[in-house]
Amino acid sequence: MSGTFDLGWWGVALAIVAGAIRVSTPYLLVSLGETLTEKSGRVNLGLEGTLVMGAMTGFATSYLTGSPWLGMLAAGVAGAALGLLHAAICNLPRVNDVAVGIALFLFGIGLAFYLGKPFIEPRGPMLPGLPLGSWSDNPAIRSAFDISPMFFIGLALAIALQWGLKNTRWGLVLRMAGESADAARAIGLSVDRIRTLATIAGGFLSGLGGGFLSLYYPGNWNEGLSSGQGLMAIALVIFARWSPMRCFYASLLFGGASAIGPAVQTVGITEGYYLFYAAPYVLTLGLLIYSSSPSRTLAGAPSELSISR
Amino acid sequence: MREPLAAPTAASAPHSSSGVTYGWLLGARHLPTDGLESLLLSLAAIVVAALLFGGFLALQGHDPVAVYQTLYLGAFGTHFSLENTLTQAAPLLLTALCTLIPARVGLLVIGGEGAVVLGGLGAVIAGAALGGAPGPIGTVLTLAAGALAGGLWIASAGALKHLRGVNETISTLLLNYIAIALLNHLVSGPIRDFSQTLKAQSWSIPDAFMIGNIPGWSVHWGLVIGLVVCSLLHLLLRHTTLGFSMDILGGNRRAAQMAGLPIGRLILLACFLGGAAAGLAGAIEIVAVHGAASESLVVGLGYTGILVAFLARQNALAVILVALLLGGISASGGLLQRRFDIPHAATTVLQGLIFLCVLASSAFAGRMLPRRSAA
Repeated sequence: MSGTFDLGWWGVALAIVAGAIRVSTPYLLVSLGETLTEKSGRVNLGLEGTLVMGAMTGFATSYLTGSPWLGMLAAGVAGAALGLLHAAICNLPRVNDVAVGIALFLFGIGLAFYLGKPFIEPRGPMLPGLPLGSWSDNPAIRSAFDISPMFFIGLALAIALQWGLKNTRWGLVLRMAGESADAARAIGLSVDRIRTLATIAGGFLSGLGGGFLSLYYPGNWNEGLSSGQGLMAIALVIFARWSPMRCFYASLLFGGASAIGPAVQTVGITEGYYLFYAAPYVLTLGLLIYSSSPSRTLAGAPSELSISR
Repeated sequence: MREPLAAPTAASAPHSSSGVTYGWLLGARHLPTDGLESLLLSLAAIVVAALLFGGFLALQGHDPVAVYQTLYLGAFGTHFSLENTLTQAAPLLLTALCTLIPARVGLLVIGGEGAVVLGGLGAVIAGAALGGAPGPIGTVLTLAAGALAGGLWIASAGALKHLRGVNETISTLLLNYIAIALLNHLVSGPIRDFSQTLKAQSWSIPDAFMIGNIPGWSVHWGLVIGLVVCSLLHLLLRHTTLGFSMDILGGNRRAAQMAGLPIGRLILLACFLGGAAAGLAGAIEIVAVHGAASESLVVGLGYTGILVAFLARQNALAVILVALLLGGISASGGLLQRRFDIPHAATTVLQGLIFLCVLASSAFAGRMLPRRSAA
């Protein structure tokens, strides 16, 4: 951002806010998906693979059809397919969901790089942003407030999920499968089916997160596109203690933390640049250490979850 | 001493759907017909994965048989490809242990990637500090520093687990990213070699500390170190009281408590040994290949190690075979690309498929062969 320099330290603040909004969107989508999956009592650690697969599928579809929104849909569907694969294997007896996630992580990335090879060079149609900064003449402000509609969709989704998990029948069913599979079975619910649907939905949202990466920001397809957002979103869900609204705030925080490094570089601070990248991970680890205890599970953690035991 | 005591843990582990048992980490090992069956299961899973991958290739218009012939040629067919395979397998022997040893006490550690990085950093800092030391001593100390750094890194996750109940899978995942950020920070400033302008890399270790190749092969000595460590660990885990104590803890924590085992110390030790193995892998990458730390340490050795550990069903000797198989698959990637224009990522797809099939196959454990009575 060349205009940042004119605004001095205000520019840094602006860059961090703009970066937080831009970078947070994939975190938000993936973490909402993972919250859904984990609320049902399963962990999908393979969301990094899902995200990359979604990014590739979204970009390829947009490039081939000319429609970025169709690309987003395809990204979601590809993610849902990987979610279904995860769920199908985890539905088998005595299969560990964490390990399946790691396998899926490898498989999804491999498949995306394999199938996405021909799409590395081309430029495709991108998702448009909402020009919310058009009131200003300053190009830095204009570009900072050029916000993707996916951010608002994610926010709406977070609000809807927060409400829905508490106040609807399916929210109750989902939480029941996650809190006590035995209780859910006792009233005749199919725990496997609930978890399958929750994992597919989680995969769909992660796929959308990937589509955002390749179709909006940074807005291309290559093998270094994701810098671990899918894995980080899993940490973020724990940081947000399985609450969709807190996922939203935590995504902004994580996004802001990743934006600090590049932003302070523009005012000439280059020392310790890379340490800012570690900030979200250190924060999450600190929170885990602070809030865990050997004698009880984390507050808010679904009791059936293998990683919260 | 093993057999009669192993039975009670076997009875409780595999069938409980909820409750804190970690029998699943050991796959079919606790079942009475374990050895032969888990071998058959793994082979069946690999065959299924190979068939699926063959179908995938056929869909892309490739001839699967020709591709598999080339894969064999690129992995084991010639002296050159065998050397390539062994070089690829060498670090996996050690990174697999980072998941394998903690799994014996019931922990799922996925921090191999970070431990490799820490091992590499520890090796470089020790190597540079030891400047004038005689070659062999310097090499040993450099490797030891790497192992120590990796060991402490993963042991900290073990300590957090034991003292604060922090889930080790998540903490080691986070530690991976913290390690990579630390590496990037250190090589971009504090330990950067500013005479290298092409890429950010650390100071180099003295040439005298570098280890060469095994005579007659273009494969470095790291392979031998890996083989020795795997064999020693197999002895430790299978034939000592310590290994047996770890198995009790991994099979049933309550039983371990009742037996008065030092649970905290076992967890710390298992994590330390696992991390030390991966740290050693990172240090070997430094003393045998790179000579300095850089982004080249972060190439997924740790993540592939998880796959190796699971495919070997947490058995240290089986790790050797599995590492050769996966090393071979990686090694053949280049040839596949040249012959068939198949992207290198195809080898990752195949590895991922094998991993998925092996995990799915554990659902059939205990059903393939007629079970001996558990007596």
